[in-house]
Amino acid sequence: MASTRAPGPAGLLTCAGLGKRFGAHAAVADLDLTLQPGEFVCLLGPSGCGKSTLLRLIAGFETPTSGTIRLGDTDITADPPHRRPVNMMFQSYALFPHMSVAANIAYGLTGLARAARQARVDELLRLVRLDGFGPRRPDTLSGGQRQRVALARALARAPKVLLLDEPLGALDRALREETQGELRALQRRLGTSFLVVTHDPGEALALADRIGVMEGGRLAQIGDGASLYERPANRFVAGLLGDVNLIPGRVPDRDPGGLSTLDTALGPMRARGAADGEGVIALRPERIALARTPSGDGRALPGQVVETTYLGDRIRLRVRMADGSLWRVSAPTGADAPGVGETVHLSYPPERAWLMPAAG
Amino acid sequence: MKRWLPVLPALWLAAFVLLPVILTLKISLSTPATAQPPYLPVLDWSAGFEGWGSFLEALDFANFETLAGDALYRDAALSSVTLAAVATAILALIGTPIAHAMARAPERRQPLLVALLIVPFWTSFLIRIYAWIAILKPEGLLNAGLMRLGLIAQPLEILNTQGAVLIGLTYAYLPFMVLPLYAVLAKRDPRLAEAAADLGAGPARVFWTVTLPLARPGLVAGALLCFVPMVGEFIIPDLLGGSDTLMLGRVLWSEFFSNRDWPLASAVAILVLVLVVGPLILFREDGATAREAGR
Amino acid sequence: MRALDRIALTFGLGFLYAPILILVVYSFNASALVTVWGGFSTRWYGVLAADAPLRAAAGVSLAVALASAALATVFGTLAALALDRGGRFAGRRVFTGLIYAPLVMPEVITGLSLLLLFVGLGLDRGLLTLVVAHATLGLGFVAVIVGARLRGLDGALEEAAADLGAAPGRVFATVTLPLIAPSLAAGFLLAFTLSLDDLVIASFVSGPGATTLPMRLYSQVRLGVNPEINAASTLLVGTVTALVLTASWLTGRKGVA
Repeated sequence: MASTRAPGPAGLLTCAGLGKRFGAHAAVADLDLTLQPGEFVCLLGPSGCGKSTLLRLIAGFETPTSGTIRLGDTDITADPPHRRPVNMMFQSYALFPHMSVAANIAYGLTGLARAARQARVDELLRLVRLDGFGPRRPDTLSGGQRQRVALARALARAPKVLLLDEPLGALDRALREETQGELRALQRRLGTSFLVVTHDPGEALALADRIGVMEGGRLAQIGDGASLYERPANRFVAGLLGDVNLIPGRVPDRDPGGLSTLDTALGPMRARGAADGEGVIALRPERIALARTPSGDGRALPGQVVETTYLGDRIRLRVRMADGSLWRVSAPTGADAPGVGETVHLSYPPERAWLMPAAG
Repeated sequence: MKRWLPVLPALWLAAFVLLPVILTLKISLSTPATAQPPYLPVLDWSAGFEGWGSFLEALDFANFETLAGDALYRDAALSSVTLAAVATAILALIGTPIAHAMARAPERRQPLLVALLIVPFWTSFLIRIYAWIAILKPEGLLNAGLMRLGLIAQPLEILNTQGAVLIGLTYAYLPFMVLPLYAVLAKRDPRLAEAAADLGAGPARVFWTVTLPLARPGLVAGALLCFVPMVGEFIIPDLLGGSDTLMLGRVLWSEFFSNRDWPLASAVAILVLVLVVGPLILFREDGATAREAGR
Repeated sequence: MRALDRIALTFGLGFLYAPILILVVYSFNASALVTVWGGFSTRWYGVLAADAPLRAAAGVSLAVALASAALATVFGTLAALALDRGGRFAGRRVFTGLIYAPLVMPEVITGLSLLLLFVGLGLDRGLLTLVVAHATLGLGFVAVIVGARLRGLDGALEEAAADLGAAPGRVFATVTLPLIAPSLAAGFLLAFTLSLDDLVIASFVSGPGATTLPMRLYSQVRLGVNPEINAASTLLVGTVTALVLTASWLTGRKGVA
């Protein structure tokens, strides 16, 4: 559990000790999160982890049971949604079906003269590459076009923070990858802080400056993609971001030299990171080297291939180890790939394996 | 602002739904009188507590004793419930195939079929029942047709019988049975029936084991929509029934308009309410259980 | 199986429409005897046009239907909003029960109980009591129709409006109301029709000088079959059919059923 309660610089958006209970169920619990100006943060987690509730708390649709939400120096915890200088892009887009695209985008632009409003709508339509779509009705647009109208509408009031709830969830896969790039470029150009909720780790890795992994209403870990992938705080984070072999054991003593040793059922194994007592090594399948003969240093672990799956760019193998556990190994495609039943010897660079506490 | 939303409609409903029913209950415990209004006692607000005392003392169950003791009212209650139940059963029997056929019709034709079912409902109820007089009377079109076909020699006595009332009830309430059934059947996944057929069930078994159980909520809703108002029906027994066709709605009407016995009419109203509220709660529970089971 | 479907539909629609068609056909009968065809004639429409009491009753019915449907739409919509948006409030179950009661209560009871109230209050029976009674009847139907629409509404739409800076009043006026408008129109139309069609409640709560069309028709129908009634019915059926077809064409065209 990586605590993020460090005081740090006062951010643009600060949630402190935020909690929301629905009856006996705590949807969000004691959560601290700081968003810096111009930052792109993804909240990642499975459905029901509280990430959407957190977004709705910030937008003002839910009232927190505890904690505060600050925007700069202003406490906005008690403000109703229509007084908060943050805007939201809804998962369903929530485009008003009885209004044209232009009227949808102009909805938040009150207090502007007619000409200025029209100019702003045109500017936003250009921004999302929908010039000329102003008079159309939302139901005459494709899914990708609707997504861009929703984005333009949410950006119309130039919010300090834009909240996006699964912004790409309703798009098909090819369009999603293309739109990821556009969204990232748009955010860079505008300099607006984006807080995106997603359940797709690939999307979070592709989009975000920082990723906050949520588990059971709490922030399990927050950091950039590489640190989460290489140095996960716990098993949950390690498994969420990609395939991983988790090897449990005991730490006999801490090694101040940087590498720790874990006593496992397969003998002592080395890794970076640290743990007291019970520990787990997270070893990614692509970090494992595979050989037909034992290595010279005698550190390679023998195992027997029980399954191979050809995936085009690589081969996924399942290997039965000496203690009976199954390891996943990812090997490059080639003529010499081992077959089912063959004995192989597995080795890994210890600095690419990560030791973390078993609990949590 | 949200807190004030219910206030206006709640005041209206309290004044014009709740209060009238309470008043009806009170007057059903009163005694008829040749006065204006034609019942006793009238609560004397100026007499304070004593006024309430003498008012409550004067209330009695005499009207309900009359209803229970007189064969006329017992028969009326019995035939109201029997006729409504029989008509509901007939409606379920003929409504199910109609709703089933509608739900299986080509999708673009279904809105037209629904509209065709609803249009008669929008035309005058009174006129639609009136139309049956010309059909059912001894020299009417039905008898004329049957005699021309040589099926009968003498005109059948249909008008002014319980049979005519059953025909009228069935006719007037058909859309109320078919529409909820159709709503349920049209939403149902057609692949379920296909799956059953694929597993070897013939058309009859598909209908009995898949279609009908799934249509149950619609059947319950339809039965409720038909049975309850039928018990208190007035126009149909009045126009199509004979003088011996006693239904509670008609008894209430004549006690009120002909005999000017307001307390007894009120007692009949309370009796109908009890007869109606009973099945309502029963069916509601049933509907709720069915929905629970459907999850 | 398809053949059985065809038979069921033919029988069902035939059963529904035959009596109405017979009525229409015989309204053009020259003979005063309903069952004997005496040749084509529009004579009964002439009789109808000259029937001043019937025309007056039609006027009363229209006025009562318009006023009561308007009241029912306002109060029914408020009731639906209260149930959908009001959250938990004291007496919610009783409130719900009172909304649905007039929908299922036999008309003789609604009529009698309202009359007892009006007499108890010392109100003169007439147009006012008619409007109040019919508005009470229509309220529940409007609440059911509008309530269904409100429940089907995507809550995110109103949240989006608030998120874009609209205060609750503006959210209601610019988003909620336009989106539930078709159900308001449908509710109004239903309340209007129910009022126009009601005989039983009107017979209880109306007084001398406020005779509605169904009351007038009923007093004639009780005397037996009458070709003039056939003519009146034909006009009524024709008007309603035209209205319903227009309404369904309009809503179908705009794609907001």
